[in-house]
Amino acid sequence: MKTIDASNMHYRDLNAVVDAESLKEKNLIIKNVYGQRYIGRGLSCGIKMSVYGVAGNDMASYMNGAELEVFGNAQDALGNTMNGGKVVVHGNAGDTLGYAMRGGQIYVEGNVGYRVGIHMKEYNDMKPIIVVGGKAGDFLGEYMAGGVILVLGLNLDKDEDIIGRFCATGMHGGVIYLREKQDPYKFGKEASKVKLEDSDISFLKKQIGVYSKEFNKDLKHININSFSKYLAINKNPYANMYCVY
Amino acid sequence: MLKEGQVRIPSGCAISGIIDTKGNRFSGQEIIKSIDLMHERSNGLGGGFAAYGIYPQYKDLYALHIFYDNSEIKMKTESFLAEHFDIENAGNIPTRPVPGVVNKPLMWRYFVHPRTYMAREEFIDEDEFTARYLIRINKEYKGAYVFSSGKNMGAFKGVGYPGDIGRFFMLETYDAYMWTAHGRFPTNTPGWWGGAHPFTMLNWSVVHNGEISSYDANRRFVEMFGYKCTLQTDTEVITYLFDLLVRKHGMPIEKAIKVIVAPFWDDIERENKEIKIELKAMRTVYSSALINGPFSIILGYEKGMIALNDRIKLRSLVAARKDSKIYVASEESAIKIICNNPDKVWSPKGGEPVIALLEEGAQQ
Amino acid sequence: MSLNFDFPDFEVVRNEKNCNKCKVCVLECSNKVHFYDENKKTLNVNNSKCVNCHRCVVLCPLKALTIKKYPLEFKENSNWTSRAIKEIYKQSQRGEVLLSSMGTSNKFPVYWDKMLLNASQVTNPSIDPLREPMETKVIIGRKPEKLEFNSKGKLVTEIPPQVELNIPIMFSAMSYGSISKNAHEALARASSELGICYNTGEGGLNKDFYKYGKNTIVQVASGRFGVHKEYLNAGAAIEIKIGQGAKPGIGGHLPGRKVGKDVSSTRMIPIGSDAISPSPHHDIYSIEDLRQLIFSLKEVTEYKKPIFVKIAAVHNAPSIASGIVRAGADAIVVDGFRGGTGAAPTRVRDNVGIPIEFALAAIDQRLREEGIRNHISLLVSGTIRNSADIVKATALGADAVCIGTAALIALGCHMCQSCTTGKCNWGIATQEPDLVKRLNPDMMYKKLVNLILAWNNEIQEMLGGMGINAIDSLRGNRLMLRGIDLNEKELEILGLKYAGQ
Repeated sequence: MKTIDASNMHYRDLNAVVDAESLKEKNLIIKNVYGQRYIGRGLSCGIKMSVYGVAGNDMASYMNGAELEVFGNAQDALGNTMNGGKVVVHGNAGDTLGYAMRGGQIYVEGNVGYRVGIHMKEYNDMKPIIVVGGKAGDFLGEYMAGGVILVLGLNLDKDEDIIGRFCATGMHGGVIYLREKQDPYKFGKEASKVKLEDSDISFLKKQIGVYSKEFNKDLKHININSFSKYLAINKNPYANMYCVY
Repeated sequence: MLKEGQVRIPSGCAISGIIDTKGNRFSGQEIIKSIDLMHERSNGLGGGFAAYGIYPQYKDLYALHIFYDNSEIKMKTESFLAEHFDIENAGNIPTRPVPGVVNKPLMWRYFVHPRTYMAREEFIDEDEFTARYLIRINKEYKGAYVFSSGKNMGAFKGVGYPGDIGRFFMLETYDAYMWTAHGRFPTNTPGWWGGAHPFTMLNWSVVHNGEISSYDANRRFVEMFGYKCTLQTDTEVITYLFDLLVRKHGMPIEKAIKVIVAPFWDDIERENKEIKIELKAMRTVYSSALINGPFSIILGYEKGMIALNDRIKLRSLVAARKDSKIYVASEESAIKIICNNPDKVWSPKGGEPVIALLEEGAQQ
Repeated sequence: MSLNFDFPDFEVVRNEKNCNKCKVCVLECSNKVHFYDENKKTLNVNNSKCVNCHRCVVLCPLKALTIKKYPLEFKENSNWTSRAIKEIYKQSQRGEVLLSSMGTSNKFPVYWDKMLLNASQVTNPSIDPLREPMETKVIIGRKPEKLEFNSKGKLVTEIPPQVELNIPIMFSAMSYGSISKNAHEALARASSELGICYNTGEGGLNKDFYKYGKNTIVQVASGRFGVHKEYLNAGAAIEIKIGQGAKPGIGGHLPGRKVGKDVSSTRMIPIGSDAISPSPHHDIYSIEDLRQLIFSLKEVTEYKKPIFVKIAAVHNAPSIASGIVRAGADAIVVDGFRGGTGAAPTRVRDNVGIPIEFALAAIDQRLREEGIRNHISLLVSGTIRNSADIVKATALGADAVCIGTAALIALGCHMCQSCTTGKCNWGIATQEPDLVKRLNPDMMYKKLVNLILAWNNEIQEMLGGMGINAIDSLRGNRLMLRGIDLNEKELEILGLKYAGQ
């Protein structure tokens, strides 16, 4: 276990220290993080890192198997083009979380911002998963081409919606699970609601289990059957839009 | 190389703002620390601050901050000023040398009152009179630039990183109930002090992040109402839009916001009849005042600040509250560095304003 | 006068190997180019009657036909072109004024093609129109200078009547008479489905089409054909036609042979009577008279209909436009000199007026200088050929555009430019029942819908590329345009920078 104090450090220096330390020590703690960018970028399997403070933009970008745990909120573009590994955020996260994410899992205890899971995709056995405990902003799962987004909608006020507008616009792959039924006007025309299968129920049970364990929350009251599931209507939604001239 | 006003220069940026809604005043130290943290978001070609409540002893006078290229233009401008305003007090704006802040122009500060009879002759109020004549200086007096003109407030800006600019102007010696700050990342500019942000007009100040794509539509619209966009920057045109809507057209600020970031037609359709009629009228009459493209702004005026971003949230904006203080910034870390344990932190939705005004009865 | 110097414009070429003598060409050609010799069992052609409308070529089941330019040339002379010579042959034959259809065929610069659009790179993002909201709705009509709210924040300003267009495109004025009832039906139904408007032209409104009123602009021209109280109240707006780009200063003339029973009742004139529209409105000899007509129309429609005024783009269009705003109109429609027509004197069509691009830029700028641009809507027409033209027109300052020729082409027009003959083989510019029924409105309205939706998609793509998600933000946004192959003066009039600046 090695502790790094990030106070007043530029991200470049901080990440260089992390690179050097991770050769010797697989368990790292970074304290006093205030918006330093690219923490955990490209980090490989076997490394575990705990981050205290406000994680800066592009955390876990290109991450390749490491495990990050953030105690605090994460800013924008967490998990940008992430290839594998796991991120757990004990707090909220910002916009474009999981942009073009290809593998791994991101668990956020609270809310996430706009365009979360934008263009996440799957490839062979790589299947990324994003689990959000609270609510998500507009354009959730925009261009989504693969993987899974699950929004639990926990602890919301009466006037708070679990998702914003333009959810799943351009979706052409992957699955979105949302707790409770949602107003159809909030969705793009490329996605449609489908029935939950048994396999969905077991997947949801498993993920809710992971969430409650990570964040130490009792979620027995959640009715699994109340989730709604959204799939892309078509893998090629724009096939009829263009003609050759 | 052409400077602002001769060419349109897009720029990216960092913004930060703090208000004590009870009107308690505090020094510029916190805001400097906050904007300093977002060093990555500026490139040293511009930084600036707006501070409200700093001149209580002159609170009924317009505080003019003016850059001059040389003393010749200063004399010319001052005689023009003296013709139209009573100058109660004038002097240098105090600064201290700071590495990285060089090539400073002459910087003068005047506390003035418009010649009331002249305003009366033109059937306009003092604000309009002051605005008109200051716009004339910026347009016609080459080498002079009025960069601040409100009451009991002031802008401080220049070429450099924002933290350095703050230390250069010794902002720790001023007490304000509200501060906003800007770190600039212009894409090409020789670095002209007047081109730094905030942009101000009377009591309005705007700091802004992002490049708006509606610029020329907005510019040509406000110029129909007597404004002249001499700087060709987004911040300038945004300031004029608010001035037009709120001051000249007397529109409530919440309505003006709904003009600037108009709801989508689809969303208007889902409203009840009365609201629908109103929103439709606003979108129709002020369609050219819609600001399009990515932006987050902090608008300051005597009543407080309003932070706002575009309809589809293409720029980040975070807000927090701690007791009577409200914070907004491009990044959450820029708030946490000065307020580690806020009561609430939230990310406003696209087009959803953070309205942080002084409480009723708070001292300005 | 027996000897006619003229010779055919086109030659019909039949590939005898492919032809199975089915005689579709004979049946389909209203000009009687094709004829069958019963004795010799051969199909023959009379080239001099061919207008090159492609009807026979398109419908020939075995594709055995082509039409070529008639292979006869004069000795080369750059001044005395074939066209110049043939026009003299024609006019010296019977002493007639030359008449042409559709827009000018002369080679004038098309300024749309000399403007280039911007797109976002890095400093602001382009917006993806397929996945993000992209608004192209516009509201046409008069706007108050400002909105006022009472102390409770409630809107107190009254909004004048306006027309909503889901897409910033309208179909230009084309009268019933100049085009067929089926063509009108296709335009009306497409407008209704698209949430846009078509325009009756000066031919009145057929009873069968009152149901499309919400999507109809009813026109009042100098002949006042079919104009009565019910008609004026039937549409979404009223357009006063002062002029038309193809023939500024010239009236209209529908020959009596086109005035059958139905046209007669729609125009409210006797069957077989010529329908002559005078050059000017004889109640408008000055700008204050225009105000009188505008307000007479407002009175009779109880101020519920916006009044548009359509003018041809002429030299002093900017000051005329300013006058129109001050006369109380709700929108101005400006038709450029390359615009189409059913019939116009050739010399007028080819020599009078100015390009729509210049007229638009100059009017928009002038109205802004006067601070009144926002009071009215500005619509333009006259060779809007595709969606890029619309985007450029919007950036120059237009609220919306009107398309005539493009709409007719979608309905099957092959631009033979022979509308005046009334023998349109495509059932568009004709009143002959056998020809009219060739245009099936059930099928053809869909083509118009397709065209406009495709253009709207393209407009959205270009807007998105510029980082704009509402067309309002493009209107008058000239920084989104750059000029190419233009001189300083042209750039100045258009208010543009040069590419690279």
